[in-house]
Amino acid sequence: MTTVQTASDKRFYVEQFERLERELAGSDPAAVRHLRLAAIARFDQIGFPTSRNEDWRFTSVADLLKVPFHPAPRLEDSAVNEEDLEPFSFGEAIRLVFVNGRLIGRLSRISPLGPGVVPGGLADALVREPELLTDSLGRVADFKDQTFTALNSAFFRDGAVLVIPDGVAVEQPIHLLHVALGGATPWVSYPHNLIVLGRGSRVSVIESWVGLPLQAGQEPTFTAAVTEVLLAAESVLDHVRVQRENRQAFHFSNLAASLGTSARFTTHLVSLGGGWVRNESRVRFGGQNAEATVNGLYFGSGTQHVDNHTVIDHALPHCASHELYKGILDDRARGVFNGKIFVRQDAQKTDAKQTNQTLLLSDDAVINTKPQLEIFADDVKCTHGATVGNLNEDTLFYLRSRGLDVTEARALLTYAFANDIINRIAIEPVRQRLEALLLSRSGPLQEAQP
Amino acid sequence: MLKIINLHARVEDKEILRGLDLEIRAGEVHAIMGPNGSGKSTLAGVLAGKPLYEVTQGEVLYNGKNLLEMDPEERAREGIFLAFQYPVEIPGVSNTYFLRAALNAIRKARGEEELDPVAFLQLVRSKMRILHMDEELLKRPVNEGFSGGEKKRNEIFQMAVLEPMLCILDETDSGLDIDALRTVADGVNALRSPERGFLVITHYQRLLNYIVPDFVHILYDGRIVKSGGKELALELEEKGYGWIEREARQTVGASAAGA
Amino acid sequence: MTTPTTTIEQLASREYKEGFYTDVEMETVPKGLNEDIIRLISAKKKEPDWLLEWRLKAYRHWLTMEEPRWWPNLTIGPIDYQDIIYYAAPKPRKALGSLDELDPEVRRTFEKLGISLEEQKRLAGVAVDAVFDSVSVATTFKEELARHGIIFCAFSEAVRDHPDLVRKYLGSVVPYNDNFFAALNSAVFSDGSFCYIPKGVRCPMELSTYFRINARETGQFERTLIICEEDAYVSYLEGCTAPMRDEHQLHAAVVELIAVGRNSHIKYSTVQNWYPGDKEGRGGIYNFVTKRGVCRGEGSKISWTQVETGSAITWKYPSVILQGDNSVGEFYSVALTKNRQQADTGTKMIHLGRNTRSTIVSKGISAGQGQNTYRGLVKIMKGAANSRNYSQCDSLLIGNRCGAHTFPYIEVRNSTSQVEHEASTSRIGEDQIFYCKQRGLSTEDAVNLIVNGFCKQVFLNLPMEFAVEAQKLLGVSLEGSVG
Repeated sequence: MTTVQTASDKRFYVEQFERLERELAGSDPAAVRHLRLAAIARFDQIGFPTSRNEDWRFTSVADLLKVPFHPAPRLEDSAVNEEDLEPFSFGEAIRLVFVNGRLIGRLSRISPLGPGVVPGGLADALVREPELLTDSLGRVADFKDQTFTALNSAFFRDGAVLVIPDGVAVEQPIHLLHVALGGATPWVSYPHNLIVLGRGSRVSVIESWVGLPLQAGQEPTFTAAVTEVLLAAESVLDHVRVQRENRQAFHFSNLAASLGTSARFTTHLVSLGGGWVRNESRVRFGGQNAEATVNGLYFGSGTQHVDNHTVIDHALPHCASHELYKGILDDRARGVFNGKIFVRQDAQKTDAKQTNQTLLLSDDAVINTKPQLEIFADDVKCTHGATVGNLNEDTLFYLRSRGLDVTEARALLTYAFANDIINRIAIEPVRQRLEALLLSRSGPLQEAQP
Repeated sequence: MLKIINLHARVEDKEILRGLDLEIRAGEVHAIMGPNGSGKSTLAGVLAGKPLYEVTQGEVLYNGKNLLEMDPEERAREGIFLAFQYPVEIPGVSNTYFLRAALNAIRKARGEEELDPVAFLQLVRSKMRILHMDEELLKRPVNEGFSGGEKKRNEIFQMAVLEPMLCILDETDSGLDIDALRTVADGVNALRSPERGFLVITHYQRLLNYIVPDFVHILYDGRIVKSGGKELALELEEKGYGWIEREARQTVGASAAGA
Repeated sequence: MTTPTTTIEQLASREYKEGFYTDVEMETVPKGLNEDIIRLISAKKKEPDWLLEWRLKAYRHWLTMEEPRWWPNLTIGPIDYQDIIYYAAPKPRKALGSLDELDPEVRRTFEKLGISLEEQKRLAGVAVDAVFDSVSVATTFKEELARHGIIFCAFSEAVRDHPDLVRKYLGSVVPYNDNFFAALNSAVFSDGSFCYIPKGVRCPMELSTYFRINARETGQFERTLIICEEDAYVSYLEGCTAPMRDEHQLHAAVVELIAVGRNSHIKYSTVQNWYPGDKEGRGGIYNFVTKRGVCRGEGSKISWTQVETGSAITWKYPSVILQGDNSVGEFYSVALTKNRQQADTGTKMIHLGRNTRSTIVSKGISAGQGQNTYRGLVKIMKGAANSRNYSQCDSLLIGNRCGAHTFPYIEVRNSTSQVEHEASTSRIGEDQIFYCKQRGLSTEDAVNLIVNGFCKQVFLNLPMEFAVEAQKLLGVSLEGSVG
């Protein structure tokens, strides 16, 4: 599984950046330009990860490097229709739609969230109110050792900007719908979302990463996304991330969150699509008494490769984190779970729990799981557990003795296993849609198969 | 044997005992009753030397010595035993091993010879009979996986083996059914002797039907507000704690009026 | 009044009781490593050509290898491989044939360590091979064991007397090119123990090796090979100590276990008490060891139990390759790190056969500025249908300057197997200490009691005598002045 890499792989991206620089011609605010330059310089230093990199031990970037991806150009507004989006909708009133990382106003439903609060696009915001962003952009998504986050920070053009002022509670969930659309050449897009919650504010956000099935002559897409979340003291964010790209797609997304004092952050990942998938979640506690719930559900079938990488960093005392990741792997799919919990010296009274369960439905599927604890404080409660196995034979037998056939019984138990995560999603319409999707005859395992 | 004078104690910033006086002589059984939050468990904890509690005023003399200056293990070796309200679990350490280590530490402090495993087992077996304990319990780790009743019985069993001079029972009756309660009381009664003192802390009068006290004290708001014989417990059972609260308020009111 | 936490921290220091040095006349080779040194070691041991060739092959391969990239949580100073003496042995008075010819100082050393080399003085039931620096100086109960067809002798003796067995199995589990330290060991290994248990024999006594590093500036590179035939059983123990010195000394051993036949069973126990270095981290042994066993026979079993309290740095992963159907691998470990000790230890369980089972129980205790890491791999291959693994990794932290790290790797490639992993972190609760104190125990005794309770699951797997030893060792390791 060694990754053969050449300097030209790196060069290829660095040259693209030089073209971007010419194209932008200094139109960026100084701080943003600075960020791009620092990120590309870092990328130039670290290059692409190899299997010798502990964080990429089980996920090879070889296939990705074989495809000559070019930054996706701005498309006609009509490239995607309302009907194309229907399967991915949650019936939401407020949504921002992006195609290949650029905001499409025609498909979006934008209305004010409160006095003077309007969700919008990053590109637009950089022109209109750059000072609003320079403080927060790039503050949470660290790219020091992160190749793809560095690439995103260098190349991003657009994304969602959601700034909730102090004390504002937004009742309607906001849907950020990102569509990857293939073209005649392989396209890569670098969407960058920024979610900033003021003191005591509250909002629910759904982040969808979806793809339309490739048409004849369309090349695969690559999405290298970053979402930065900054939660001020006592703010509450309920977040759901749904990944339903097509089976040829390469998908990387890094959700990086920083929590202030007594902030509450809940995120649920549901990863269904994609061919090569890397879902990262990184949570840093920047205040005391904060609480994070980081749950995930991922499916792999066919030849999908799904890598889930989480880092929860307890740097301050009295914070709690709960993490539950479940995976279901069938056919020749390959799953990776890498969960890291840090409890630093000052983080006394930390309560951290991590659980990872994998259902292996086929002898050709592979799971690599690595739940890690790194603890430097003594007065803490930290546990992790991992299980790998198939459906419980006794339970299967019980269901069959009640009249279900093997296929039905297996489907029911698989559904129950997955639904344990879905049930925890608090955003009502999202939970209902996903539950229905799980139950649907085609089932998530067959989703978007060509 | 034990003399408590004007004892004040607090947990963090909260003052719980506010001038408690009590004297226990050898051979006596004293019961302390009181509503929740009156300071019963604090009193037990302070006497055993629990680090959580801070004594801010007053003194406690035990056989003429300043008890408050002693470490918890010194108090234990001097013969003070606390039957915990919530006995602690120690995974991986068997009951037998734990108890022998404790007994030998106490014997050593008294200048007695340590007991070898055989002599110890004989002693333990004889005590187990009194409490109708299953020998299986000895092999299990200290309090781990014990039911509530088993934990309490185990506390009294330890008391029987260690043969302390002053036995403090902190709500030993809580969570016990009537049979277990009787067993525990039998164990305690078997230990009653002219040289041993008892401080029985309880919320309910029930236990005192079986362990009949010489004195009953009512603790309210960190002070003993009423003392009497065993009939006081019955009276309290009948009238409830509301009666004491009203009386206490009146006393406070009267002294305020007098001032 | 001091808080229990500070008291517990104060407990985590003590004198190393085995740190004395014995002045004996030694025979050493010059410092440094090259082909001549290897030829010299081989000549001293009068080895056959094939073994010298094997050593040289290992050495030449070692030259092409890089020192391992240490895990990021280990801090290791540079090691100068040319500044080590690769062979040091007490000068024999004549040929070492019987105990009478052994230097009385060497014998006294072992007696001081509680290891009597006179059979009549030993508790019946334990045979000892005593290794002093680079050579085995005595092996007890050889004749009695021979009556059962068991071979238990020094490795060099086995090369001489049982060359076919050695040649067949040497390097069969840990090849000479396995890793940097295994290659180094293969090139320069000097002695160690050899055991062979024939078909149907249940070894009537515990076999043990006691390793002593004595000489300055030397490294110890021993090699142990245990072969167990069909329906045979052996329980083998090893213990190790070294003098206190300001410089680090290298110990790079290789242990190979082969459970060859059906239902063969090897139980391997270690109580490792190499000099851990002083409070500031000066001196101490670098303990870089490769231990691996293979369960070839159907229903065979290999069980590793280790209690690691010594060494400045411990880096070892006793592993089992579960090849035979229904074979069983076990790993029970207690690792204690205090002051500036670092331990990175764990196991690998590789499931190849059907219905194979493995159990891992790891207990890490960190005190002072100690860093304790569990690193393990459970790999269930496609053919290992219906296999099971259960792992439990618990950490106990004493104080707030130490660290506990858990890195379990789990890889499963078939759908009929089941893997379960649990890990927890705890500390000694103040309520536990108070409870013990209320029953008359000192803080020190309370800590020992709780620590021993924490490790009990592992101690239960040690032979009785060793269990007592291990318990005491943990006790003294944490002992100190109570404030």
